[in-house]
Amino acid sequence: MRTIRPSSYARRVAAFAIALLAATQSARAEEVVIHLVLKDHRFQPQESSAPAGQRITIELTNQDPTPAELESKTLRFEKVVAGGGKITMQVRPLVPGRYRFYDDYHEDTTEGFLVVR
Amino acid sequence: MLGALIIVFREVIEAGIIVGIILAVTRGVARSRLWISVGVVAGVLGASLVAAFAGALANALEGVGQEVFNGSILAFAVVMLAWHNIWMATHGRQMAAEARQLGEEVRSGARSLAALAIVVGVAVMREGSEIALFLYGLAAAGGSDAPSLIIGGLLGLIAGSAVSALTFFGLVAIPQRHLFRVTTILITFLAAGLAAQSVAFFQQAGLVVALSETAWDTSNILSDTSLFGRVLHTLIGYSDQPSMLQVMVYIATLAAIFGLSKAFSSRGGAGSRVAKSASASSNAHAA
Repeated sequence: MRTIRPSSYARRVAAFAIALLAATQSARAEEVVIHLVLKDHRFQPQESSAPAGQRITIELTNQDPTPAELESKTLRFEKVVAGGGKITMQVRPLVPGRYRFYDDYHEDTTEGFLVVR
Repeated sequence: MLGALIIVFREVIEAGIIVGIILAVTRGVARSRLWISVGVVAGVLGASLVAAFAGALANALEGVGQEVFNGSILAFAVVMLAWHNIWMATHGRQMAAEARQLGEEVRSGARSLAALAIVVGVAVMREGSEIALFLYGLAAAGGSDAPSLIIGGLLGLIAGSAVSALTFFGLVAIPQRHLFRVTTILITFLAAGLAAQSVAFFQQAGLVVALSETAWDTSNILSDTSLFGRVLHTLIGYSDQPSMLQVMVYIATLAAIFGLSKAFSSRGGAGSRVAKSASASSNAHAA
């Protein structure tokens, strides 16, 4: 009895650890990441899509030498990105729709959209 | 040129209205102008530093440094404004009882002035860093339209200063005996608005995820990017698409400052205990 118990305990711990690892990995797989590039004051891609009801991470790489401020009222973020810099932002789970974002320093010309389905 | 004008204008009014209110609040107080000037200068220096290290700031703390920084300094400003109001409530009452006048001595609290100078500094730093970055972008990009953009920026600065001056003169036109009451209310709403903005940064960082649904959408009625919406945004924290948590924090901040001011202003011998328990319960609500 005594020799079996520790090994079954260890096995259970190992099983739990594997389950936990699998859970975190599946959670990570569900995370939606949108990659954006800002170049010559244009967002690339100009339009991205994402699933509804999930947390979204937006990554922006600024390939221009000048700073920009990525802002969106509907997505509710505003963040400065330095020239040649990179930023990451969290967006809440969204309902379907077309969400506009822009560079606050060039709002008229530099805009992009996130389409949530 | 119009773009530069608008950007500089709206950043200037956001900081300028706060400076205008605080100038009016401390009007006639010895050395208040000095404290506020210190706040403005410190804010401009801070803004340059923030702009210069924008990249490093954005990358700090696993990429959420900028949000944590903005959210924290806003929260700090809220505490300073709350403290000022509560301090005034306590000492205003005390001094009125002793000297029978709600005059200059009442408003001469140097520590309270330091708190307001910090609020001015924080406001100038936040809005100023955006202007600095924007102007730096212009300078770096060069181009033939740079002079017209600079003229636009200057016009924006002038127009923004004019709106700020209007705020100040509008407030000081209020009769002296009402001014204290009006500015106390203004500062309380200002603080609640800053608290709601602070929440938005922590939500953007993903550090706070609860209650992120949009509470209402009034962008069709009054957009907070319009001039009037912008002024309301600065004055009372108006937002056309706030999150639920922002609304709750806004209401909690209003309740806490009004409640604490009332508790402290009416405290007698046993009243301080009441005030303490009131502060404890409001903390519990905030948590």
